[in-house]
Amino acid sequence: MDNRVRILIAKPGLDGHDRGAKFIAKALRDAGYEVIYTGIRQTPESIVETAIQEDVDFVGLSLLSGAHNISFPQVTELLREKGAEDIFVFGGGIIPEDDIPFLREKGVKAIFGPGTTVKQITDFIEEEMAAKKA
Amino acid sequence: MEKHHDDCHDHNCGQNPDCNAGFIRKKRAFLEAEKARWEQDSVKPLLGKAPERSDLIDYEGNVVERLAIPKDFDCAYEDKLGFPGEYPFTRGVYPTGYRGRLWTMRQYAGFGTAEESNKRYKFLLEQGQTGLSVAFDLPTQIGYDSDHKMSIGEVGKVGVAIDSLEDMETLFAEIPLDKVSTSMTINSTAAVLLAMYIAVGEKQGVSSKELRGTIQNDILKEYIARGTYIYPPRPSMRIITNIFEYCTQHVPKWNTISISGYHIREAGSSAVQEVAFTLADGIEYCKTAISTGLDIDSFAGRLSFFFNSHNDLLEEVAKFRAARRMWAKIIKEQFNAKDPKSMMLRFHTQTAGSTLTAQQPDNNIIRVAIQTLAAVLGGTQSLHTNSRDEALSLPTEDSVRIALRTQQIVASESGAANTIDPLAGSYFVEQLTDKIEAEAFDYIEKIEKLGGMISAIEKGYVQKEIQDSAYKYQRSIESGERIIVGVNKYRVEKEAPKELLKVDPSIRDVQVRKLEALRSRRNNDAVEKHLELLRKAAQSDENLMPHIIDAVREYATIGEISDVLRDVFGEYKEQVIL
Repeated sequence: MDNRVRILIAKPGLDGHDRGAKFIAKALRDAGYEVIYTGIRQTPESIVETAIQEDVDFVGLSLLSGAHNISFPQVTELLREKGAEDIFVFGGGIIPEDDIPFLREKGVKAIFGPGTTVKQITDFIEEEMAAKKA
Repeated sequence: MEKHHDDCHDHNCGQNPDCNAGFIRKKRAFLEAEKARWEQDSVKPLLGKAPERSDLIDYEGNVVERLAIPKDFDCAYEDKLGFPGEYPFTRGVYPTGYRGRLWTMRQYAGFGTAEESNKRYKFLLEQGQTGLSVAFDLPTQIGYDSDHKMSIGEVGKVGVAIDSLEDMETLFAEIPLDKVSTSMTINSTAAVLLAMYIAVGEKQGVSSKELRGTIQNDILKEYIARGTYIYPPRPSMRIITNIFEYCTQHVPKWNTISISGYHIREAGSSAVQEVAFTLADGIEYCKTAISTGLDIDSFAGRLSFFFNSHNDLLEEVAKFRAARRMWAKIIKEQFNAKDPKSMMLRFHTQTAGSTLTAQQPDNNIIRVAIQTLAAVLGGTQSLHTNSRDEALSLPTEDSVRIALRTQQIVASESGAANTIDPLAGSYFVEQLTDKIEAEAFDYIEKIEKLGGMISAIEKGYVQKEIQDSAYKYQRSIESGERIIVGVNKYRVEKEAPKELLKVDPSIRDVQVRKLEALRSRRNNDAVEKHLELLRKAAQSDENLMPHIIDAVREYATIGEISDVLRDVFGEYKEQVIL
């Protein structure tokens, strides 16, 4: 089987702003990763289910509606419940700096705000993959 | 459709024997005479009703000229530009431009509960805003009550939470609906919110015939770019035509749709794609309405548009002018409208949210000022200016005030609103206007070949075109080929701390308690009865509006009404294209 890094890009909640999610999905694919994109209006349950089924290494969550403090922790929580905490979660969107410590505490590995470059994300992925292997 | 014929048909400059000094003199005399005719036919009748402002003055205090026309030979002038308020409306839909009335300054606002938003609206009206624009939260936009599972985390976040008529009564408390015009950004649940607005009007003693405002009601761009659809495209189109039909008779001053390019652009389209896809959506709405037996002139005059004002000042001005000319041609030539009002593209503009940067947010004030100028030079009818902090959160009151002041400065101090269509005749702007028109018509033709906009959406064509543009644009920023100040150049190490507006997370609890109380207080038998009648109407081809109005009067909730229609129509599933 292909041993490329597998990433699920997901849009939890009702937010329809998918420009960023689609850009990241496509850019990560162009960077050589295996990328799956869920489309909008996913529940945390369906995201976790897809992540496990697709055996991904990372879940990237994108949300611009302000509901991140609720839905991001739900995803990390559910992954933990299913014994899939080796799937790392990162996020992006309109996420105020003040909320980042809380999200980190809830198990979100990194938050990439507006102005993030693709390289910052691929660096993060490579570092985490190296750490996972070590 | 007939392609735009843009060259001088009978006198090609330089080669044509007519193109000599004598001809040019005749031509100039003709244009001067035409201008005098326009003053007589179009301007004068208006001045009695709507006199021009008294501050149309330059630095020295001289009154600025109303309209400049070519002093030199310009063979295509009447065909391509014409006069303001006259076909093809390139120079604007209003004979006096902004000299009589400025555009409507309309800040999109709403968050939290109806009580909080009501306070923000009163603040904005006190600050000199001239119309309301309501932002609803996502559950309201997608037809879920606040206590629905899908609403968790979203209640009151991107707009105000409305579950029933009760919330709507609070939202407009002490705001007389016969005195304001209200724009509502609502699409798949537009019929329900309009019904609630009509019911609030009734309670205030304002007849539906007096209500002025707009519902966005543009479902096609929801599938393309914005994402708040519920039902599949075809039943959604039926609801929209039901609204058109109902409003023609009962809410005649209401703009029944705001065909929106804004979100298409925000999703990453080019200026050409924004115009092309928006007008293609417009064509689809016209075709659908006509197929149900409506006459083009009975509804086309109530169609309005909504565009984005992006960073490229001159391209944006050209875009607005091209859009006006294209729509006039489409309505006249393709749909054979007779009434010039049907051919006028009237539009709202919002500055481009996607151009705001989270880095050095005060720089956004300058971006918004440039975008404001573009919208005004392009002849918008109303404008929302974004606040500097919107890349970070909802705007604070201070930021909203600066955004509104930006419009007021352009209106009162810049002089840009004193003469009509001031950039007409600029070689660059006119050529760009022609180019955008030609390229956008090519797209429209392609969409026609795919079987119209609904088919093009179902095939994913439009979504893919936008996605590709967005990808290319973002890549050009990443590569440094395109400079965004503060993002990929002129950065600062340490950003100043920002004061942000926080929405209270306990709003959902407040709404849930209100819903519980409402459900035990209202006449549930009457609610049930009207929901059943709505279901029957949905299964037949009866107009849904009267039934929705009856249901909201009895305090049926938005979720209950939407669920009935979900049962009958089904739900749309996104096609994921990467």
